[in-house]
Amino acid sequence: MDTLKAIEIRGLTKRYGSVVALDRIRLEVYRGELFGLIGPDGAGKTTLFRLLTTLIDPDEGQASVNGMDTATEYRNIRKTIGYMPGRFSLYPDLTVDENLAFFAALFETNLHDSRDLIDPIYRQIKPFRTRRAGKLSGGMKQKLALCCALIHRPTVLFLDEPTTGVDAVSRSEFWDMLAELKAKEISILVSTPYMDEANRCDRIALINEGRILGIDTPQGIVTDFDTPLYALNGSDMFGLLKAARRYTGIRKCYPFGQTHHLVTDADFDAARFTESLTAEGFSSIELYPVEAGIEDVFIQRMENGPEQSHIG
Amino acid sequence: MGNFVSFVRKEMLHIIRDPRTMLIVLLMPIVQMLLFGFAISTEINNIDFAVVAPKQSETIRRQVERLAVNDYFTFKGYIAPQTIDDVLRRGDVDAVVVFANDYDRRITDTSGANRSRPAIQLIFDASNPNIATSGSGYIQRVLQQESPLTAAMPETHTMYNPQMKSAYNFVPGIMGLIFLLICAMMTSISIVREKETGTMEVLLVSPARPLQIIFSKMIPYFLLSCINLMTILLLARFALEVPMTGSMFGLIGISLLYILLALALGLFISTIARTQVAAMLVSGMVLLMPVIMLSGMAFPVENMPGVLRAVSCIVPARWYIDAMRKLMIEGVHFDAVLKEFLVLTAMTAILVTVALKKFKDKLE
Amino acid sequence: MDRNKVISVKNLSKKFGEFLAVDRISFEVERGEIFGFLGANGAGKTTAMRMLCGLSYPTSGSGTVAGYDIMTQGEEIKRHIGYMSQRFSLYEDLTVWENIRLYAGIYGLTRRQTLRRTVELLDRLQFRSEIHTLVGLLPLGWKQKLAFSVATLHHPEVIFLDEPTGGVDPITRRQFWELIYEASAAGTTIFVTTHYMDEAEYCSRVSIMVDGQIRALAAPAELKRQFAAQTMDEVFRILARDAKRGE
Repeated sequence: MDTLKAIEIRGLTKRYGSVVALDRIRLEVYRGELFGLIGPDGAGKTTLFRLLTTLIDPDEGQASVNGMDTATEYRNIRKTIGYMPGRFSLYPDLTVDENLAFFAALFETNLHDSRDLIDPIYRQIKPFRTRRAGKLSGGMKQKLALCCALIHRPTVLFLDEPTTGVDAVSRSEFWDMLAELKAKEISILVSTPYMDEANRCDRIALINEGRILGIDTPQGIVTDFDTPLYALNGSDMFGLLKAARRYTGIRKCYPFGQTHHLVTDADFDAARFTESLTAEGFSSIELYPVEAGIEDVFIQRMENGPEQSHIG
Repeated sequence: MGNFVSFVRKEMLHIIRDPRTMLIVLLMPIVQMLLFGFAISTEINNIDFAVVAPKQSETIRRQVERLAVNDYFTFKGYIAPQTIDDVLRRGDVDAVVVFANDYDRRITDTSGANRSRPAIQLIFDASNPNIATSGSGYIQRVLQQESPLTAAMPETHTMYNPQMKSAYNFVPGIMGLIFLLICAMMTSISIVREKETGTMEVLLVSPARPLQIIFSKMIPYFLLSCINLMTILLLARFALEVPMTGSMFGLIGISLLYILLALALGLFISTIARTQVAAMLVSGMVLLMPVIMLSGMAFPVENMPGVLRAVSCIVPARWYIDAMRKLMIEGVHFDAVLKEFLVLTAMTAILVTVALKKFKDKLE
Repeated sequence: MDRNKVISVKNLSKKFGEFLAVDRISFEVERGEIFGFLGANGAGKTTAMRMLCGLSYPTSGSGTVAGYDIMTQGEEIKRHIGYMSQRFSLYEDLTVWENIRLYAGIYGLTRRQTLRRTVELLDRLQFRSEIHTLVGLLPLGWKQKLAFSVATLHHPEVIFLDEPTGGVDPITRRQFWELIYEASAAGTTIFVTTHYMDEAEYCSRVSIMVDGQIRALAAPAELKRQFAAQTMDEVFRILARDAKRGE
């Protein structure tokens, strides 16, 4: 058993009828790593989680968790992993404490055995311990679900979109908690559709339509963006978008928050483009080079297809 | 074992936290028993009748008197022959008893042509055929007591349920229905709800065996059904006065067996249905319809065409209701329902096996 | 009345029993603006938006939406706004055309208007070949664009978007924002509620609600300057950190 790897996936494929939900996925998560699976709805994230948590079987390929094969040793895997499915997976009609008690019984343990893990999180929901789980706010629900997933001291934690539908403050707190768990030697695979959360992970995999578009550290993946990138800002944003698309030398132009991002040829002359925009009647134009973000990389990889070097 | 207890406790909490459903489950049998027993009875009660008698002789008056004092009939008065149609149409009366002009002569003269000519005519409003058939039969019987002449008609004598109280008939039917509803519908819904909300995923991923979880779900509903069984039996005995002279051991034993079968059915449904609505539809349409139509609860199995009679053999409720009818109304011993008992046992065994085989510890 | 103020509310409050869900909020939204309406869970966002959509009446305060009084003309407001949420907007088991016809019927468009606008819409989205396709079979991004176009079929003055692009891939998301920019350039006012701060970056102005009150209201760049923050996420966290309510 290779103890360095918490999760090892080799050529995993899953089909639903004619739809290929996962296409020859290859990926490894090291022990103690916080690994992020970044991709939109329908990318195959949930399917991958279900395969790894032994809820479904793959059509091709294999995967192991803690060195155990997901297809043949699933009973043993289930004892060592914690899983938070995408939907709120607690009993809304039971109170906070009743939920915890039930999950402790389910995993044949009691709350004392995992005190050190759970306490920092439980402390935050303790004032609401007699409240029914269904009446908690989004952030509190996630914390309770995390407590329940940790109750049996799992060594690998699977969190499927834990921050979806939760406000920014709670989301940020949630990521802080994950960092603490990581420090306690728990390997974490977490998925999110939000690119801005990628930076909280040690390594990330970009995933879309069942295929991995790249695996690297968040910094590594953005430095890989090798074409010049500019931000464009001005008074008539919709007009600027159309103008930029007409201009030769600009390969792509897309809205990016307050600005538009321009992916250009290497010999793109920013000053000349500004001049031509002014000539067309646009005012208060700002054009400056920017560093690519995860979303820029994602867009590029979606259009160019996965880079073989990163999945090989 | 400690885990199992806490699983059961959790299921109990689910039920207690949903008081509305619990109330429905506990009140449903009572309401149904009372509804079927009293309100929707097919017994003859309160038949209004009028009389056409051109000559009101002493014998005729005695006959009318005899009907009028009977609890089931109300005498509305004498009317003229031309108005018969009117009063029936208006709904003033349900029946008209017409005495022949020469009634007295006919009933005393036993010879000759008169024998084939009736002395009394009964005109019934058959818009409700139930009232018409059983009502006319009853009126005939009352009238026959006075004039033995009509002894040519066969004398009918109803056994076991001489007053033809319909509550008797319905009690076993209601039991067949209630246990199926509570056990099959409620367990299947409660399992499917976990699939729907996503908690099933966590349960499956845990080291706990799914069997434990499933059985922990059955126990609270089994207990609820036992309470219902008790309510039904008490109501049947004391409110509806069902004799229940048969084997009490058999009665309760077979009922518990049937409850078990219904639970297994619920588990089976939960392996097919993906949503709570689907579970409800399956248990509602696929289970309840055959129980009502084919179990002999509403329509006698004997009168069905061959195909339906064959189909009714695989409806568990049919066997259960048969057994209950024999035990509660006919008052037989347990060995008289041995066949039903064995059939139900076999069905339960098959269902449990199939359901457990179908219930996997994976999502697909 | 100023025709350019599509939404204008003053001291709007909503009380549920003793609970003050929305506490005297005041703001104005101009024609063609993309207005972001942010807030933590339980801050009163949904309650406020319901009042603006004519779905519930305020306890006190005053205001107009699309020129109609929110205290008295809820029905008129509903007829002159559009609404699209991530969860519910189109019927998946109806075709594109059946969905369009349904919405046109709801908003009382004539047959000629319906036909003309349908052709317009399909051409703009390059959707003509899909007119008889079931909506459920369309890719998510197409569905979203279609939902937005259908929600604007009756040419509403303002369209309310409830978390429009959560969970969508980055390319589809951008195509969606382009549609919004286009509508905004054509004079339609866009009112977006979301708790995803990167969505907020696309808005011309954003307001942030905390504990029933609007605590900040400005262009995203201006807010970032005010709070000395790098991202809207930071701005939001600074403001919402002291929220008393919501848990």
